[in-house]
Amino acid sequence: MGTSILIRNLIKRFGNVIAVNKVSLTIEPGTFLTLLGPSGCGKTTLLRCIAGLEDPNEGEIFIGDKLVFSSAQGINLPAGQRNLGLVFQNYALWPHMTVRQNMTFALEIQKMPKEQMAQRVTDSLAEVQMGGYESRYPREMSGGQQQRIALARMLAYRPKVFLIDEPLSNLDARLRIDMRAELKRLHHISGATTVYVTHDQIEALTMSSDIAVMKEGVIQQMDTPDRIYRCPANLFVADFIGNPKVNLLEGKVDSANSVDLGRFKLAANTRDATGQVVVGVRPEDIAISTTPVANAVEFKTYSVMPSGADSTIVAQREGLEVTVRVMGNSKIRMDDSIWLTFNPDSLNLYDKASGNLVVSQ
Amino acid sequence: MLALMVYLILIPLYRMLETTFTYQEKDIYYDRNAVTGELTLFHWMRMLTGQVAEVLTYAPLQHSIVISVGATLLALLIGSALAWMVIRTDMPGRNVINALATVPYIMPSWTIAMAWTVLFKNRTSGGSPGMYEYFWGQSPPDWLAYGPIPIIISSALHYYTFFFLFVAAALMSIDSNLEEAGELMGANRWRILRKITFPLVIPALLSGFIMTFSKVMGTFGGPNVLGVPVGYYTLSTMIRSNMGMGNNADGFVLAIVLIMLAMVTVYVNQRVVGTRKSYETIGGRGFVANQTKLRNWRFVLTAGVILFQIVIAILPLGILTFSTFMLIDGEYSPGNFTLHYWIGESTPSISNGVPGVLRNPAIYQGAWNSIHLSLWTAFFTAFLGVILGYAIAKGRGTRLSKLVEQIAFIPYVIPGIAFGAVYISMFAKPVGPIPALYGTFALLVIVSVAKHLPYSARTGVSAMLQVGRELEEAGQVAGANAWERFRRIIFPLTSPGFVSGFLMTFITTMRELSLIILLVTPSTQVLASMTIRYLENDDTQMANAVIVILVTLVLIGNWLISLFRGGSLKKGLGM
Repeated sequence: MGTSILIRNLIKRFGNVIAVNKVSLTIEPGTFLTLLGPSGCGKTTLLRCIAGLEDPNEGEIFIGDKLVFSSAQGINLPAGQRNLGLVFQNYALWPHMTVRQNMTFALEIQKMPKEQMAQRVTDSLAEVQMGGYESRYPREMSGGQQQRIALARMLAYRPKVFLIDEPLSNLDARLRIDMRAELKRLHHISGATTVYVTHDQIEALTMSSDIAVMKEGVIQQMDTPDRIYRCPANLFVADFIGNPKVNLLEGKVDSANSVDLGRFKLAANTRDATGQVVVGVRPEDIAISTTPVANAVEFKTYSVMPSGADSTIVAQREGLEVTVRVMGNSKIRMDDSIWLTFNPDSLNLYDKASGNLVVSQ
Repeated sequence: MLALMVYLILIPLYRMLETTFTYQEKDIYYDRNAVTGELTLFHWMRMLTGQVAEVLTYAPLQHSIVISVGATLLALLIGSALAWMVIRTDMPGRNVINALATVPYIMPSWTIAMAWTVLFKNRTSGGSPGMYEYFWGQSPPDWLAYGPIPIIISSALHYYTFFFLFVAAALMSIDSNLEEAGELMGANRWRILRKITFPLVIPALLSGFIMTFSKVMGTFGGPNVLGVPVGYYTLSTMIRSNMGMGNNADGFVLAIVLIMLAMVTVYVNQRVVGTRKSYETIGGRGFVANQTKLRNWRFVLTAGVILFQIVIAILPLGILTFSTFMLIDGEYSPGNFTLHYWIGESTPSISNGVPGVLRNPAIYQGAWNSIHLSLWTAFFTAFLGVILGYAIAKGRGTRLSKLVEQIAFIPYVIPGIAFGAVYISMFAKPVGPIPALYGTFALLVIVSVAKHLPYSARTGVSAMLQVGRELEEAGQVAGANAWERFRRIIFPLTSPGFVSGFLMTFITTMRELSLIILLVTPSTQVLASMTIRYLENDDTQMANAVIVILVTLVLIGNWLISLFRGGSLKKGLGM
């Protein structure tokens, strides 16, 4: 029942600031697309442009096969006629209305019969497990409950597209994990095309079918979560995704299959890479040994941080710092000597000047 | 603190009630059996069921209600419309309009009323007619010259400021997401306004309603200027008339009726708003609220609004000033021009030989009294605000703190003139160690400070709560004692709020009339009461000259406020 969304060369300016810069995007029906990026990257503005709450300066937006915005043709369909739902970051539940009144607002506009309306309210509340809260006022509920009601309010009028703006940022850590599962489930059941905005990469990676990483109004990479994580298209995406952060090591391609990092050389599939490069390697892709191993490089541990399921180790050699992640509680102590092995097949090579991916793993 | 509250508020109220139930010396003229000091229902019977009840109580009560309701509704309309235009439209010149919107409130409440009489006075009340008749040769009808309609208009033009401030604040704090959510669901502009925006502004409208209603009910100046000359009495002017004849107990009965009326209003308000629906508007994330585009109407509206503001703020002053240059009242020919009322020597043929205001020592005394009174009041109010705020905030949650806070709130709902009446009963005779304060300057200061208590308590508490417990605890851990903590941490952090509170009290006291009209005596006259006295002696030009001086002083004071960072009318109202 989802709808596709097509965006072409969309530009939105606020005075001299370009919030959305020539964005083109195709969202397939039923997709869960996350717009991910640091604050101020234009992700919320893009969402509001789709919703019709912000008037773009240039470009086109299709929802399904309906042209809802076109600067060239002077088309700008009001938000209310685009058949989409939006969950606001602060929920925007009307404080002077009960849960029921909040939910029937849209249904009254559609002039839905009374019985059907009551059924919708009951059904939608059940979907977010909030049955029995019909007569509460927003302020009589906790933040997590308000969040669920905000979702139920959107579900009640069955829009074709769900737009969700950082809904979990006001919840505490525990509730956030619960709600992630709920949201993913809701998307699965409804099949509605969902555009989700967040700055939290874990949310993006765990929930989405596609992620679009944004920076300064431009989409840096749009891909599946796995591809975004494994093969970031540029240094910004590589650096933004992953916790602990990716290791970015500067060096020079000196011969086939070798990158000179200055202190030591690294075997790599250099293929057609030349000159100054940055090697990106995820902390969990580095093998660690407490005894000397062939082709390994000796480091000294600088800090060891176990966190139960895994441990993060910061190692140094001649001023070069590398983060390594190992499973379980590491027995390695601070200032130990360790030997690190970099698997050539797990390295990404970026051109230093442009920051773009030249050789992917 | 509690003792002070009880002394300033509860005991006076009790004394007033007591007076209404005992025979007074004068009552022997009305009732042969009267024994001074004996318990009786005489005053209540006389005022509520007696032959004079209709004239003395019910008619004024009805007039008061008509005027209060009328003025409040008109003020609501003007204030909300202005607020909406300033906050929610793309009208040009909104900053100017915003700045001018509070000017009428700063001026004395009866300024417009006096200008009105200069314009529309007719022969019904005797004396010379106003400009309207002089220039058009036609006498304005009575309904336009006196009574409810001019009183309602002149009061509304003064008091709309509350609605303006409250509604503007509410509109500004409404999270724009709340309206966008409606827009997204297909609601049109009108539906959003009706179903979302308006309900969210209702609490602000109700607070504005209470404040305006109780103020208009207690207002004395306007009804005195526009109502009394034709025998259209309100409770406030009737209270004064009774007191003037020495029938204090009867006046007190009316004051109590007035207080009850105010309390009913507050009660109804609280029932209507209820606790379930009361809410703080949660701030959005900084998206500018969508502004209504007025298109071609923009400039027309701006011009209209600014013209309106000029008419209500500047025109009255112009008319009043103009009239002071006329030797004979109501004669506007160039030959009649004179500076006598400003700088003339005493001439027996004019105003019973009273010299021009700038040569009149009584005026200087009055001006000095006004400034004096305002300074002392502002000082004590700010001082009490600090202490009250500290005491209430420190003991937050305890029963004592709540009690102090509630008592401090009482003057808020007591209309100004009734509050003055309360203090007559208290201080006409010595109470314990405190001498009879009636006729002293100190009494004026006390009553002004007490009337300002609700505002000072509120600013005080919110200022103290803003500082936060941790900052003081950090000082405690560092070894500072209570006084040190107060002096070096709390006071410096909260003082900006109190500075603006101080200045605001200064201004409102300067132009306060209803509160002190019953308490001033010839030696404690202030400018505000002098205008009324001159008016009652039919020295119109003198009265107008005095009010021009008063407004000038107030405007200078207001200009001084604007020099202080953070000083504003809003803060002074404890918002």
